[in-house]
Amino acid sequence: MSDAILSLQNLHKRFGALQATNDVSLDLRPGEIHALIGPNGAGKSTLIGQIAGSLRPDEGRVYLADTDITTMSIAERARLGLGRSFQVSSLAEPLSVMRNVMMGVQALQSHSFRFWKPVARDQQLLKPAYEALERMQLSHRAWTPVFELSHGERRQVEVACALALKPRALLLDEPMAGLGPEGSAKLTELLEALKLEVPILLIEHDMEAVFRLADRISVLVSGSVIAHGDSQTIKQDPRVREAYLGDSDA
Amino acid sequence: MTNTTSLSKNAAPVTDADSHFDRKGLVQMILLGLLLLLPVAAYFLGHTYYVNLASRVTIIAMAAVGLNLAIGYGGMVSFGHAAYFGLGGYVAGISAYHAFDLTPFMSWPFSVPGSDSLLVVWLAAVVLCALLALAIGAISLRTTGVYFIMITLAFAQMIYYFANSWPTYGGQDGLPIYIRNTLPLVDSTDALTYFLICFTGLVFAMALTSRLMKSRFGAALTMARLNDVRLATAGVSPYPIRLVAFVISAAITGLAGALYADLNGFVSPSMLSWHFSGELMVIVILGGVGRLYGPLAGAVLFVMMETLLGGITEYWQLFLGLVLLGVVLFAKHGVMGWLAGSERNE
Repeated sequence: MSDAILSLQNLHKRFGALQATNDVSLDLRPGEIHALIGPNGAGKSTLIGQIAGSLRPDEGRVYLADTDITTMSIAERARLGLGRSFQVSSLAEPLSVMRNVMMGVQALQSHSFRFWKPVARDQQLLKPAYEALERMQLSHRAWTPVFELSHGERRQVEVACALALKPRALLLDEPMAGLGPEGSAKLTELLEALKLEVPILLIEHDMEAVFRLADRISVLVSGSVIAHGDSQTIKQDPRVREAYLGDSDA
Repeated sequence: MTNTTSLSKNAAPVTDADSHFDRKGLVQMILLGLLLLLPVAAYFLGHTYYVNLASRVTIIAMAAVGLNLAIGYGGMVSFGHAAYFGLGGYVAGISAYHAFDLTPFMSWPFSVPGSDSLLVVWLAAVVLCALLALAIGAISLRTTGVYFIMITLAFAQMIYYFANSWPTYGGQDGLPIYIRNTLPLVDSTDALTYFLICFTGLVFAMALTSRLMKSRFGAALTMARLNDVRLATAGVSPYPIRLVAFVISAAITGLAGALYADLNGFVSPSMLSWHFSGELMVIVILGGVGRLYGPLAGAVLFVMMETLLGGITEYWQLFLGLVLLGVVLFAKHGVMGWLAGSERNE
């Protein structure tokens, strides 16, 4: 096999008459950001579900490095090093930022059937979690409850949670959604620094960010990948312009 | 429906309990201190009735501590915890019955004699309740929300009707325990001694819950309650975490059931009935869902109302209903939230 960290091979998924994923193959290589774009209803969420483990493909396989993860649970994939963030941020809001990030560290170190030692002063958990927060420039918010954070900060926490897993690949689902220009610029910067260590599969609406960040872009329309290449290729592809950029870029 | 969801979502956030002496610590100390000192005083004043009443409060509080672990900390609204309370009770009753009768409980494939030792009874109650909860939980935890409530209720009712129709152990008439089961070195038939045994059990259950919730397991359980998708994404499967919490919860309630049967010298299917499951839920909600001392505060309030108002009118549950309404509407975190303030997040 290639040196791909994450690869999808001929994925198919149907919901009744709707072919939500139609023979999708793509891969994610070390050091890159691979962006997946597509208009609403293109089947992006369905595809993410199959990569992250909330959906099973009807056909095809998903590999993380050389491991076939097609039938693994969400938690198993996470422990193998697939970190993800959600389109609508999904954190335990009453808890502190630290507590959210610590869970990934905990999962990585051992099973969670440890009943005795308190976590509150467990340096084995605190230190790696703190480091992950520092990477996202969020360590000053470590003990703030998540519900007090701004939208942009929550995005950063999600990425920090994923980093706590020491991931081999990151799956980021519209991390820029709802961020102002400032927040978007900041996150772009952070992701750019991150990609050298962890390759990122980026699902994103924000075209500016995609064209700036992505090394490669795949365009998903009606469940199929209709175009694939770097920013220049995609910008000039007539099918892409028609299907996607045509209406939003006018 | 709304009630149950808010129940699990509003339940205790992760807390950094008793790290310093504050209002909460004071309220907790007073509560526990009164529960310990009043029966001792009553005993030396010759009012055994009140000592037994305190034992009753203590045992019911302990059963509610078990349920609180499932509902308050785990977000699993079990409407069938009477099954474990009753099973614990029947373990005590059946064991005493065979010890008294000198007949074996079973003789094939291996011989199991009865026993009048409390230690044996407690161990058996805990193990059997854990096994029962493992089976019930393994199935019930595949569902959530209203379905979980209903399926736990259904299992408990099956056991209730089974006990009702099993003539060997008294059927619907119940089973008397002629002589209270015994402990080495102490006289368990003495009211105060038995109260102290129950009190130790309650403190043990609360300390266990507290310790558990601060551990890695507790962190995972808290996140399973607040956001199970986040927990899975962080690499921990929620289902086994919930199942183990459910089993521990049932074992605590089952141990309380064994103590209860020995206190009353009697066990009957009413210990298994859904009324009791409901009462335990009421106690947990009254006291404060997901609060360590909530079940204790709830049990004190519940038994006091039952005893004081119940002596005046047989419609005392009408007033219980009003109090419950008040708590749900105005004091979301129950009596403990009202007395000791809301919990701090970490």
